[in-house]
Amino acid sequence: MAMQTTETLTGAQIVVRLLERQGVRTLSGIPGGAILPIYDALSQSTLIHHVLARHEQGAGFIAQGMARATGLPAVCLASSGPGATNLLTAIADAKLDSIPLVAITGQVPKAMIGTDAFQEVDTYGLTIPITKHNFLVNSADDLLEVIPRAFRLAASGRPGPVLVDIPKDVQNQSIEVSEWPQPGVADPMPAPDAELIARAAAMINEAERPMLYLGGGVVHSGASELAVALAEKAGLPTVMTLMALGAMPVDHALSLGMLGMHGARCTNFALDECDLLIAVGARFDDRATGKVAAFCPQAKIIHIDIDPAELGKIKAAHVGIAGDVKAVLKMLSPEVDAQLRKRWLSHVASLKAAHPLRMPGIDDPRTHYGLIRAVADCLDDEATIATDVGQHQMWVAQAYPLRRPRQWLTSGGLGTMGFGLPAAIGAALAEPERTVVCFTGDGSILMNVQEFVTAAEEGVNVKVILMNNASLGLVFQQQTMFYGERIFASKFKGQPDFIKVAEGFGFATVDLDKESDPRAALAAALSSHGPTLIHASIDMREQVLPMVAPGAANKDMIGG
Amino acid sequence: MNAISQAENKALARAVLELDVNNHAGVMSHVVSMFSRRAYNVEGILCMPVGNGSTSRVWLMVNEDGRLEQMVKQLEKLEDVLAVRRHGAEHEVFERLAEFFR
Ligand SMILES: Cc1ncc(C[n+]2csc(CCOP(=O)(O)OP(=O)(O)O)c2C)c(N)n1
Repeated sequence: MAMQTTETLTGAQIVVRLLERQGVRTLSGIPGGAILPIYDALSQSTLIHHVLARHEQGAGFIAQGMARATGLPAVCLASSGPGATNLLTAIADAKLDSIPLVAITGQVPKAMIGTDAFQEVDTYGLTIPITKHNFLVNSADDLLEVIPRAFRLAASGRPGPVLVDIPKDVQNQSIEVSEWPQPGVADPMPAPDAELIARAAAMINEAERPMLYLGGGVVHSGASELAVALAEKAGLPTVMTLMALGAMPVDHALSLGMLGMHGARCTNFALDECDLLIAVGARFDDRATGKVAAFCPQAKIIHIDIDPAELGKIKAAHVGIAGDVKAVLKMLSPEVDAQLRKRWLSHVASLKAAHPLRMPGIDDPRTHYGLIRAVADCLDDEATIATDVGQHQMWVAQAYPLRRPRQWLTSGGLGTMGFGLPAAIGAALAEPERTVVCFTGDGSILMNVQEFVTAAEEGVNVKVILMNNASLGLVFQQQTMFYGERIFASKFKGQPDFIKVAEGFGFATVDLDKESDPRAALAAALSSHGPTLIHASIDMREQVLPMVAPGAANKDMIGG
Repeated sequence: MNAISQAENKALARAVLELDVNNHAGVMSHVVSMFSRRAYNVEGILCMPVGNGSTSRVWLMVNEDGRLEQMVKQLEKLEDVLAVRRHGAEHEVFERLAEFFR
């Protein structure tokens, strides 16, 4: 702790000062009675830009967008009671996707806790299962320890959300502060076990049909380049989870794209044949593995993850290595033999040729795949791609040529409709030099539609591509495929005029349905600066294919 | 206690977990919520402060179950859990406590 002159400050001022010292320059939230002291202190900050969301879930996802784009913990604020409960979905989403988030909530004064006071809710209790850790702060003094610790915890090891609940009297309490704690940073990780790494290297060297399976941990750890280098050196065909897309460029010769429920046939077939699976920062999620007993049935497994609890959670590993995947890959690569692996790679190439991902209409911008490809044709790898949740999300995951880690922002674990727009706003706030595209559906966009005005107010460079199929498309697809075509509650009877809605919120708009040259209209809309809605109608009957039925084995794909 | 009868329950193998934890409000919630969210019943709980009271020791009696190893790993990840030790059912802490339940 460095010595400084003594100041008398309130808890609220201490929070703001600690956030400033932490390097926070943008945060998002909504004020309310129990957090007003912090807002009052925030009004005096010349360093921090507060982005007023229009729903606390929006604030949570704006913070997530910042964190996902940069890898650094981001902050959202909410008042007590409904403010805090509105944040919950965004916090739970951050937990499942391991996103570093610091959520700060106001709470009723300590003396009123437990009295069912106005806007009192047990925020601490509610957030136990959806945070990495949470705090109910007892005194202004404690803030000096808790706030840096919250950042340290959010960023350390496997990242995740941390919640700090601060009673109003603690925010108002004045104390003397003479020294400031260091900002919270991620703890160094213990070095990985060299002997396990040697065993893993030997297994890779001996394997005939090895495959590399990359998860979101590779992106979080900044290990994408190392992972690609390992694949190249050892001749490893590589699959990615939804969360890892961008870790290896999809058009890399070794890439088989996304595995699992909506992976290409060649991808799931290759996994079915492999004799060694090297899982890196991946957690064997059911959407990736399908029926676990039938996942890579012939393979030995090397599992590398920063979270020891992931090792053996779903599938027992022959070698399980706990550690930061970047550190592990750094040690592993030199021990792995350079191999051409001609037989296996040519077999995988033949699988690719025989069972590629089929993307009908890819050259026609008036189809779902064609629209996604046409958008990509207007942009380079510097663009950031966010999505909502549904068919459009999976189509983009399949068809967009993602080539850069952190290029891809999507709600993987929780699969939260409403994620896309606020996450895109957050990404654009964090990296204003980039174009941020948000692919969304007519269902999802309405779940955080209020954030249109936040985007307009901030003037962020967000391009919302609304793929309007007049339905909750993914539900429609499941009812069509698995519920005897009994379509119920998935077809919209009434729809807003999305162009008018967006205009009303202050967006520029383009309706591709009405454009005679949709490519030219797209290029113009994507090259302009500022928030724009691009609307395109999609046939309701289009499906995401291939598809593995929930609970089925990955090799039993339907369609595609 | 799910659909298991008392008699069957007795026959199940037991394990005793010994946890060193920080002693402040909410720590117990963190610990038991690990079990409750997985519908994993905790059969017995005992908790007392140790030393100067800044930490506590928690004893949990649970049924042996395929998930126990995962539970221990998850408990070890909790910020306020300092250590977890696993004992067999023969551990005497609950046996001696049983006196108070007669
Ligand atoms: C908050 C939330 N509620 C419900 C669901 C279940 N769900 C998954 S996809 C989907 C439909 C999404 O519709 P839309 O946004 O229009 O996308 P589309 O599938 O049509 O591309 C629904 C209801 C969800 N994922 N998230």
